Amino acid sequence: MIRALTLFLCLIGTAALSESMKLAVTTSFHNSGLSDVLLPVLLEETGLEVQLLIVGTGQALRLGRAGDVDAILVHSRADEDVFVAEGFAPYRREIMYNDFVFIGPSSDPAGIANAASIEQVLNRIAIEKALFVSRGDDSGTHKKERALWQAAALDTETFGAWYKAVGSGMGASLNTASALNAYILADRASWLNFRNKSDLKLLSSRHPELFNQYAYLPINPDKHPHVNVEASQLFENWLTSSRSEHLINAHRINDEALFVFNASK
Amino acid sequence: MNEIWAGLLAAFHLIVTLDGDLVEITLRSLQVSLSALVIASALALPFGTWLAIRRFRFRRATIATLNALMGLPPVVVGLIVYLLLSRSGPFGVLGLLFTPTAMIIAQVVIITPLIASITHQAMRELWAEYHDLLISLNTSNRQRVLTLIWDGRRALLTGALAGFGRAIGEVGAIMIVGGNIDNATRVLTTAIALETGKGNFALALGLGFVLIALALLVNFAIHALSRTERHSTW
Repeated sequence: MIRALTLFLCLIGTAALSESMKLAVTTSFHNSGLSDVLLPVLLEETGLEVQLLIVGTGQALRLGRAGDVDAILVHSRADEDVFVAEGFAPYRREIMYNDFVFIGPSSDPAGIANAASIEQVLNRIAIEKALFVSRGDDSGTHKKERALWQAAALDTETFGAWYKAVGSGMGASLNTASALNAYILADRASWLNFRNKSDLKLLSSRHPELFNQYAYLPINPDKHPHVNVEASQLFENWLTSSRSEHLINAHRINDEALFVFNASK
Repeated sequence: MNEIWAGLLAAFHLIVTLDGDLVEITLRSLQVSLSALVIASALALPFGTWLAIRRFRFRRATIATLNALMGLPPVVVGLIVYLLLSRSGPFGVLGLLFTPTAMIIAQVVIITPLIASITHQAMRELWAEYHDLLISLNTSNRQRVLTLIWDGRRALLTGALAGFGRAIGEVGAIMIVGGNIDNATRVLTTAIALETGKGNFALALGLGFVLIALALLVNFAIHALSRTERHSTW
């Protein structure tokens, strides 16, 4: 009897522990080290195991459309709105923000450090034809970069060999920029956590256009009946709780905050 | 140069302290690639041998295709397997995407042509030698294939090890179909890609050295078990 009961409890125990969901996230969520702060606490408090697929925003949206993940955490407002409009997610919920920063060689050949606006930063790089590394992978950061060039009335198609679209993730692109000693647009979190900085330096930031909002989109069970709605709801509740707010705001590298929590409760 | 030293140190540190994560992803690498090797060998060895002893109409075209498939780009295989296993794909209901099983499937596709091709090359020569004997004994096709496989096992071992080498070092396909999920589908090569992305070269290189050591270890182990290079059997 006791043996049967123990066995039963063990089975229940593993069943409770094995609650898991798949979440496609942008590279910055992981590269910033935030996932390593949040997920173990989440697992401990709720028993929910979140399996991360670390991809660009473009690919995360694709995985969500195909129903291969239960939820996505991305940063590209326009695409998120389309995603919701097409019915793949019932809604989008804003979680936190950080900002994009312009990184470049410490000698700053294009002189962007004292530029007054983003338009000036980009124009100086283009006029100087200083080496610039672009993500080129349709990720959130790449979309942002293209939007910025467009807003500055510059056409990336007409750029010469100094504009290098590498088609890789944030880390790999930073590695390329580091090797070429080139300018690059990165999110602050990935930059602060990047270990191969060599001669690169943060040159320009804190412009209003560089605001970077992250949002959580659960996949709509009407489109994909197999998604784990319970788990994605549980995760959303926890992610927007004051516990998570504290963890996100307290996550610092070199005494700089990486993300600011701004979910409405 | 400093980075390489740091990498060696990192590898040494990881191995000596028996890092828990390292042990886990190393075992998963082995599990995925060895499973793929066993399945691929079970398909490729009989098929390659059969190709060597049978004469049929499209034999030449089949062999040429097989040889060309040795260079199958892993990323393309990964993408196709992904599309097949995706929830929106034909086999989506199985829910296999982002599991070790999906990684094994992709690797089987990648290494089967390689092993079959090497098998065929080796068996062709052996068949020339055995041809008259096996035919005069009035053996069935099945018996011929089994005899050739057994007597050509050393050459086939090379083919299998080449397949294993390609599988364990492969990253393009398993990144797509496995998703590099921590504690679920992360293996040595995808972990290396991840750490490189973080600019964490020392750890990436450390994992790389572990991977090379693992490949050496498996090769030595298989040679020792199959008693090659011993006594009269060179």
